Amino acid sequence: MARIIVITSGKGGVGKTTTAAAMAMGLAQRGNRTAVIDFDVGLRNLDLIMGCERRVVYDFANVINGEANLNQALIRDKRCEHLYILPASQTRDKEALTQDGVGRVLEELNKSYDYVICDSPAGIEHGALMAMYYADDAIVVTNPEVSSVRDSDRMLGILASKSRRALESQEPIREYLLLTRYAPDRVARGEMLGVEDVQEILALNLLSVIPDSQSVLNASNAGNPVILDHESDAGQAYADMVARYLGEERPMRFLDAERKGLFSRLFRG
Amino acid sequence: MVGLLDYFRSAAGAPKGSASVAKERLQILVAHDRAARGRPSYLPKLEQEILAVIRKYVEVDTDAVSVTYEQEESHEILELNIVLPESSARS
Repeated sequence: MARIIVITSGKGGVGKTTTAAAMAMGLAQRGNRTAVIDFDVGLRNLDLIMGCERRVVYDFANVINGEANLNQALIRDKRCEHLYILPASQTRDKEALTQDGVGRVLEELNKSYDYVICDSPAGIEHGALMAMYYADDAIVVTNPEVSSVRDSDRMLGILASKSRRALESQEPIREYLLLTRYAPDRVARGEMLGVEDVQEILALNLLSVIPDSQSVLNASNAGNPVILDHESDAGQAYADMVARYLGEERPMRFLDAERKGLFSRLFRG
Repeated sequence: MVGLLDYFRSAAGAPKGSASVAKERLQILVAHDRAARGRPSYLPKLEQEILAVIRKYVEVDTDAVSVTYEQEESHEILELNIVLPESSARS
């Protein structure tokens, strides 16, 4: 039985694909058979973030349309043997993903995988609805910024009303908050919403706080999920995310601004 | 003197910067969004049609009819509030 996890947000550019790549790699490195699916039809990007863009032959839509079988389309990760990537289709036909088709692919993955990560496109249109429809768990990626928080709340409403679990009156989707692009120094100066502020508004189980970090851009430049960068703050914060998702207790890190020495405080201006 | 007071006030940690404004605005907005979420989708149309019926008989403003919907634990309350102009009561 595979657990289906959707990485969603409503708003674009908040770090969904970065998070999907990190979550998938983190789970796979712990020995779980993991598949990560790009649902962003027409704007395929997960392959780039995972560094397998030149190995794409068939895609998600090909499998749904019966033009390829699932094993032909799945790309095995070169760094981790338990991880497979299913790229999005670059077609401009936004309806390439049908609910039945997505259901069939997930059902097939269900037989031999432990986790399926669904990387949702931005927005609340068809692709985003398909990505979350079959989910068991949802990670809502949010930036500490007004439009992102609002869109996340809207997405929570959609998860609670339009998902299969909601429509079939099953146990609701387990929802988690992931706060990304966090800048502790700006929070300390009162210029950015803090963890507690966002928590107070969204009231979700917090998985991790990912600091705004150059290492995230370095990782995507190179096509390596940032969770593999064990030295970096963002990589460690993502490792914490995976651990907490699996039920391990870990104290939150990277919430405080770096302590400035007396010298720099005196001369701050 | 006032400037000096302000200086101490902000140094004491009173909220400054734009984050507190962001939080306040979000709290109001999200509460509003959530209230709208549980509402049946027919409400706006219902409101319009009720207004149209009333206007057949009485001249009222477009905002004279308000429909509110509240969900309690075991039941829902649909409340209609119609404000008639003062002169209409006498005729």
